[in-house]
Amino acid sequence: MIEIINVSKSFGGHKVLDNLNLNIKDGETTVIIGRSGCGKSVLLKHIIGLLKPDSGHVLIDGKDTTRMDEKELNEIRMKFGMLFQGAALFDSLTVLENVGFSMLEHSNATREEIAKRVKECLALVGLKDIEDKKPAELSGGMRKRVGLARAIFLRPQIILYDEPTTGLDPIMGDSINDLIVQLHSKLKVTSIAVTHDMTSAYKIGDRITMLYNGKIIADGDPEQIKNTKDPIVKQFITGAAAGPITEGIDFAHLI
Amino acid sequence: MFKNIAQVIGRRFIEFVRYAGGTAILLGETLFWIPIPPLRRRHIVEQMSKIGVDSLPIVSLISLFTGMVLALQSAYQMQKLSAEMYIASLVALSMTRELGPVLTALIVAGRTGASITAEIGTMKVTEQVDALETLATNPVKYLVVPRFLALIIMIPLLTLYSDIIGGLGGYLIGVHKLNVSHSMYMKMTWKALKYKDIYTGLIKSSFFAMIICIVACFEGMKTEGGAEGVGKATTASVVTSFILIIASDCFFTALFYFLT
Repeated sequence: MIEIINVSKSFGGHKVLDNLNLNIKDGETTVIIGRSGCGKSVLLKHIIGLLKPDSGHVLIDGKDTTRMDEKELNEIRMKFGMLFQGAALFDSLTVLENVGFSMLEHSNATREEIAKRVKECLALVGLKDIEDKKPAELSGGMRKRVGLARAIFLRPQIILYDEPTTGLDPIMGDSINDLIVQLHSKLKVTSIAVTHDMTSAYKIGDRITMLYNGKIIADGDPEQIKNTKDPIVKQFITGAAAGPITEGIDFAHLI
Repeated sequence: MFKNIAQVIGRRFIEFVRYAGGTAILLGETLFWIPIPPLRRRHIVEQMSKIGVDSLPIVSLISLFTGMVLALQSAYQMQKLSAEMYIASLVALSMTRELGPVLTALIVAGRTGASITAEIGTMKVTEQVDALETLATNPVKYLVVPRFLALIIMIPLLTLYSDIIGGLGGYLIGVHKLNVSHSMYMKMTWKALKYKDIYTGLIKSSFFAMIICIVACFEGMKTEGGAEGVGKATTASVVTSFILIIASDCFFTALFYFLT
């Protein structure tokens, strides 16, 4: 269970998260939607402890990560896997070293054992025989898949996805969505994805929440979100240029 | 008008304090993580090769020419006094006490410091540093410590090498151009040199190594704003290292002068 309680965060005087509250149950896939720059990734980084809130608490299985030292935080982080927006693979390492990084760094397992687990994880994301390649030799979609293989390597209980389909063509994006759904049903993990891609949100989410002006303004299953009466949520999910979100903004100068 | 000037001075002062505090914290964290296992020998050796072995050609070239120029420039005056043999002492002392440590540090700051900042800066803007943390790995331990140890080992060694090559440059000019005999040149070199001259140069070069590593890694770690940010951080890293190397050289030279 993940509990985000009254979390606020500002950067240079700009309040990105404003007294935000959100509970995420075990085994659920929650998609957080919102405009670019609204603080979705910031929220994700608070959940995994990469950022500390100015005020408020983040509880993972009842333990407050905002008060933990680095050692305790690292133990909690072992429960997580995270797929970054650009995959964030280490350029200087091979695919094998990237995927098996945590075991290479934190265990005494032999290279053969690690290579075996890497092979399993790569197979789960639909890749094989690329262990010796460097990230620069892979396409965007393959990099995301390798990033996903790295995220599931230690059999995490919680997987975080930061914009999983951004930068991919629609077909590759959809295959990543399929992969997320498959991994969720196979591994029975809690998943949290942030995205502004509604196709992806409807496909992977058991629950969709919308972040706007630092607060959660909508929360429900995909059907409830689709049929929302809230004009702000409606404008966002339909992708309309005119509406309450863009009120007072003149797009004419962009044309 | 005065308010604006005061604001600019105030802002610059706060930036300076933040920078000094940030680098001091990074140095503290680096020293804290050094004795904590794993040591990552492979990483350290890789960095030693990148920093030390790959810098040998450029250090050789610059040190050799500096030794030669030093001999030629001093010959201009020494010949008037028929004191060419003192060129050997002058070259040996100048190289070991001053030019060897400073030139080596400047070369490494320009070559390796820039590449460290660019590498860590790129890792920062592409979220690879965040990824390290999510994989329960401390970025200072993983990225800074191996570079710090490699620089602390390799810069003094490169400095010694630079001293020798600089001396060789002076020898080539002294013996083959100015007709000082081989035995006289060697005698004047060893007569002038004391252990103190060599180890004070090496102490200086160890501090320069610390400056280069901490400035380069700090600039890399605070990089923001994509490729443009990486470019700015790299420039800032080289300029700051150069300034700090020259300033601390002045400080150490004065310190050693008054202490001994």
